[in-house]
Amino acid sequence: MKTDELVALLSTNPGPVDRGLVARTLYVALAAGLIVSLGLALVGQGIRSDLTMARALIFLVVKLCFAVGIVSLALVYLTRLARPGGERKAPYFLVAMPFLVIVVVAAISLGIAPSSHWDKMIMGDQWLECLLSIPIIAIVPFATIIWAVRRAAPTNLVRAGTFVGLVAGGVSAIAYALHCTDDSLPFVAVWYGGTIVLCTLAGAALGPRLLRW
Amino acid sequence: MTDDEIELKALMLASMNGDAASYRALLDRLSRRLRAYYKGKLARFGRGATEAEDLVQEAVLAIHLKRHTYDPGEPLTPWVHAIARYKLIDFLRRTRMSISDVPIDEADTIMAHDDNVDAESTYDLRGLLQRLPKKMRCSIEAVKLDGQSIAEAADRYGISESAVKVNIHRGLKTLAALVAREMRT
Repeated sequence: MKTDELVALLSTNPGPVDRGLVARTLYVALAAGLIVSLGLALVGQGIRSDLTMARALIFLVVKLCFAVGIVSLALVYLTRLARPGGERKAPYFLVAMPFLVIVVVAAISLGIAPSSHWDKMIMGDQWLECLLSIPIIAIVPFATIIWAVRRAAPTNLVRAGTFVGLVAGGVSAIAYALHCTDDSLPFVAVWYGGTIVLCTLAGAALGPRLLRW
Repeated sequence: MTDDEIELKALMLASMNGDAASYRALLDRLSRRLRAYYKGKLARFGRGATEAEDLVQEAVLAIHLKRHTYDPGEPLTPWVHAIARYKLIDFLRRTRMSISDVPIDEADTIMAHDDNVDAESTYDLRGLLQRLPKKMRCSIEAVKLDGQSIAEAADRYGISESAVKVNIHRGLKTLAALVAREMRT
């Protein structure tokens, strides 16, 4: 076949292009992933029962800020990475900011507490539940967001996969925070931060396989 | 910014609004540049004009299927280059050639040269179209080969206009996958 024939075929009645499609598909996927994650956490695990107490409420807000911060920053990069050449020129280190902030405030809170409390502050009551819940809940938003990115055209699959994992981990943490009753900054830094990083690494590993087009 | 970038971007923006003549001119010019790019790249692997033409067509199909991913706020050259390079690396992987030999190149290399000596690619379009599911093939033939409007094609087959569009998009996607598979063997 001559390339001319192909060009003629493709350029006959091309029709207008929906310019907002890439971003809109991502947002729809994010919303779907978030709704299912919230459902899993609320129905499967139940919302924490002590939200009438100020301390519980404050920590819920802290956890949500951390997770929402990660999701919104990562999403900005992901909308670029989903497009060909989108991996050029982007200050990726900015996504480390929420992690950096939580680690610093966690270190400060450990510093002002007596060292006999450290073990309890870091391990909490439910570290294992957190370690399992966040990656498991993350599977759903991971799948929906992979679907959305596949409909675009990422050209750096490792990096795109990394950010899909990061967004999915963040969405999952938002959902799990509604259930989790471990209220200490070091716990959030280690177990929320750690599991989100795990999701991110999984995304980097799976990206090249799942995002090929 | 080069004149090429300005002209091609204008063509791209017009194409995205549905202007067929601009789109034809754009794909024409891009395919000549892609040909020069791929011939240069494949020469180092001892591959010739036919494989280069296969890749040109694969890239042109990809540009078509992924044109919604172009962000009008960005220059066109890096977008085209990223697709061209992605398809090159994909091709080398499929044909089990070493990709470590592909040097990192600047986006501008994609617009550096023109080559209008086109060869025949290894596959034949009509043959591949025959292998598509019937409803996809019919929609593509009506709108893309016979030049009927979406509405006319929808009328002819008694389906909705959006169904015709979906058939065409899916059909071209399947076609791109068939092209990629042909090139592996």
